[in-house]
Amino acid sequence: MIDLHGYGPRLLEGALVTIELGVLSLILAIILGLLTASAKMSRNRLLHGIGTLYTTIIRGVPDLVLMLLLFYGGQIGINQVTDLLYYQFDIDIFININAFVAGVVTIGLIFGAYMGETFRGAFLAVDNGQIEAARAYGMTERLMLRRIRFPLMMRHALPGLSNNWMVMLKTTALVSIIGLVDMVRVAEEAAKATHEPFTFMVPVAIIYLLIASVSEWFFSRLQKRYNVGFGEAE
Amino acid sequence: MEQLFAWLSDALADNTVFNFNTLTFYGRGLVNTVQLVFLSLVIGLVLAVPLSIARGSKHKWIKLPIFFYTYVFRGTPLLVQLYMIYYGVVFIDGIQDTWLWYFLKEPFYPALAAFTLNTAAYTTEIFHGAIKATAKGEIEAARAYGMSHRLMMRRIIIPSAFRRALPAYGNEVIFMLHASAIASVVTIMDLTGAARFVYARYYAPFDAFLFVAAIYLCLTFAILYLFRYLEKRLLAHLRPVS
Repeated sequence: MIDLHGYGPRLLEGALVTIELGVLSLILAIILGLLTASAKMSRNRLLHGIGTLYTTIIRGVPDLVLMLLLFYGGQIGINQVTDLLYYQFDIDIFININAFVAGVVTIGLIFGAYMGETFRGAFLAVDNGQIEAARAYGMTERLMLRRIRFPLMMRHALPGLSNNWMVMLKTTALVSIIGLVDMVRVAEEAAKATHEPFTFMVPVAIIYLLIASVSEWFFSRLQKRYNVGFGEAE
Repeated sequence: MEQLFAWLSDALADNTVFNFNTLTFYGRGLVNTVQLVFLSLVIGLVLAVPLSIARGSKHKWIKLPIFFYTYVFRGTPLLVQLYMIYYGVVFIDGIQDTWLWYFLKEPFYPALAAFTLNTAAYTTEIFHGAIKATAKGEIEAARAYGMSHRLMMRRIIIPSAFRRALPAYGNEVIFMLHASAIASVVTIMDLTGAARFVYARYYAPFDAFLFVAAIYLCLTFAILYLFRYLEKRLLAHLRPVS
């Protein structure tokens, strides 16, 4: 067994942070992605414009720059707002951005844009006949979305979704730069302290590969579930 | 040029953050970023072409190591790869006495190595996918002409596969530009490094990072249009008849 110089438990804690961060940002990104997709498909020009601007800008700027901007700039921005509230309306609140929240918000915000594109393409790929049939049954828009469009859309969205998740998982490593103690951060500190970079970086890489493999399996199961009725007869 | 400098210093006279000094930082950062990304993409491309062909080989002992390489480099964060190379290279026994040390003591070359290996892995998979997706009819036609495997590769499969890989490769180039921002972590003064320096010096996160975001956005659009132009030229035969 390799000697982790007592950094083992901290490394596992870091891995937990990585997973938590990934899952929470994935949820945020899916919500934002669905909102963006509906904004971009709406007939309202303002909503369409906002959606397009959001996806274009986010996808044109590096993740790290956005993360630094939101992490360092976010606190100053919020302080300015709370100062204004205090002077104008005498409301005294103090909001402190911690690195974890900043990380979740930034990664969610970034991948919301990518998810938006995935969902938009998937919604457009749903067969028109299905929607016509639902209308013919007299379904309301809401019921149609729940029973027809969403489940059919997911079949097309899943490959993109799993791809985005894999990229996102690797992006979570960047939070170590803004001071969040994920497993990369622990490994870096340990490598610097012990002068044994490979002892710590290799396990971290293996954990990433492990998470990726497990999620690949999970997504293939999910894909099978949503493919029901589309495959060939057995 | 003199006039330009004079005009610039006039225009920036009452701006505290963007003075002549910080703009030169951004300028040097731009040069570093472009150098790093361009070199790693070119070397990565040169490595990826033979690797992608070998990736589709019939022999397991050729195919599997390349698959392993792409799997590892695509499955782990670039930051971890960068740390491994940047911190790890120092500990190879006796490397500090060889001529290699002349290059490796600067952070630029370990970063270049990490980026190159990373982009080569992604590009190999992109090309491999395109080669695998070659239409059966094209291969059958080439066989019917009596082409050898090598000739078929050179004349039929590679030209058509690499053209079809162009859109995906364009994405990879943009991805690489964005990924290069982490070079600032190992003390390279790239664009993001310049922004971090300006932020730390003036405590002005919005000015520092929004400006650099705008530069990245411009670079992204430049790459996007270049690839759109290339696709128009090289994929003209695939466009639907309007």
